[in-house]
Amino acid sequence: MTNGPWERTSPVRPYVITGGRAESAGEPLSWESLIMATDAAFPATLQPEHLAILTHCQGLLSVAEVAAHLGQPPSVLQVLLADLLEWGLIVTRPPIPPAERADVTMLRKVLSGLESRL
Amino acid sequence: MDSKADFEPWPEAPAHPGQGAAGRAAAAADPAPGGGKYVASSVRGAAKILVVGPLGVGKTTLIGTVSEIKPLFTEAVMTRAGAAVDTPAQSTKTTTTVALDFGRITIDEDLVLYLFGTPGQHRFLPAWRDLAKGALGALALIDPRDVAASFDALGHLEDLDLPFAVAVNVFPDSPQHTEDELRMALDLLPGTPLVRCDARDGTSSNQALIALVRHLILAATESP
Ligand SMILES: Nc1nc2c(ncn2[C@@H]2O[C@H](COP(=O)(O)OP(=O)(O)OP(=O)(O)O)[C@@H](O)[C@H]2O)c(=O)[nH]1
Ligand SMILES: [Mg+2]
Repeated sequence: MTNGPWERTSPVRPYVITGGRAESAGEPLSWESLIMATDAAFPATLQPEHLAILTHCQGLLSVAEVAAHLGQPPSVLQVLLADLLEWGLIVTRPPIPPAERADVTMLRKVLSGLESRL
Repeated sequence: MDSKADFEPWPEAPAHPGQGAAGRAAAAADPAPGGGKYVASSVRGAAKILVVGPLGVGKTTLIGTVSEIKPLFTEAVMTRAGAAVDTPAQSTKTTTTVALDFGRITIDEDLVLYLFGTPGQHRFLPAWRDLAKGALGALALIDPRDVAASFDALGHLEDLDLPFAVAVNVFPDSPQHTEDELRMALDLLPGTPLVRCDARDGTSSNQALIALVRHLILAATESP
């Protein structure tokens, strides 16, 4: 059995949902990226999968949460979200970039947030 | 340096009545952080911490006791990094299905923290690379009845250069290891925190997270 360039070993269902694209153009949104639907009017032709995302994103939620609410793997969601971003139907708040990982101010913020829960 | 400078303000929450009104009303009616389905609209960024460890060590339990939302679950199909993009003609794309659970803690009005439970078995290790990207650090759970079961997870954290703290989850039939014995068995660096916790107890679990974050602060202030 040859493994031609068009062959994919990814599961069928995500491939179908995302219209044949397995990767979105840019860097996919990370799981903790926060997203929210915008106020923009959406086209009547919107796929049900896109619509489902919008109805779950009337407030801020992470990509992982939307994936869990919809029962979709995050990898599928990332592709659909790239569409919605491009169409201006969602906005995203990027996660803390890796450069900020060692940002002591942010870590102190996390520490006092956790301590306030004791 | 003020990290907030990188944040742009969020647009106002969409206000079309009727659609998703229940969820939005719940979020709006709850001024206390993190009560409802949605993250508070003032939040401008998210951070994450991984909770790692072998099968049955208490990852899901710990996440559940500290999370403000009912822990959620997602079945991720992860692709071994790089295999999909470079030479498709040769690559047999390796995919692994990983069950991940996660929880959420609102830190303050502009920051939310996600905890991702990451299974430690060897076959799941490729999936860590994506999740570890941008993570603050990891809490490694140890089952004192089977310390060796955590070796894979600890080794992988070291490979990824992800700072971590170790929490020994105390079970009723746990053997009584001394701290020195455990440090020796786990081959921990002297600076790596080693704490005991009961994952079923929110305060205890929160204290384990606090030990981790204190360690991260130390590491960040010591490094050049
Ligand atoms: N006594 C005691 N039992 C615990 C503790 N933490 C977890 N358990 C129990 O141990 C079992 C496994 O805990 P889980 O939280 O499901 O473990 P896990 O790491 O998520 O397991 P997998 O997802 O299967 O890898 C459950 O029955 C818990 O109730 C603890 O600190 N003390
Ligand atoms: Mg679990």
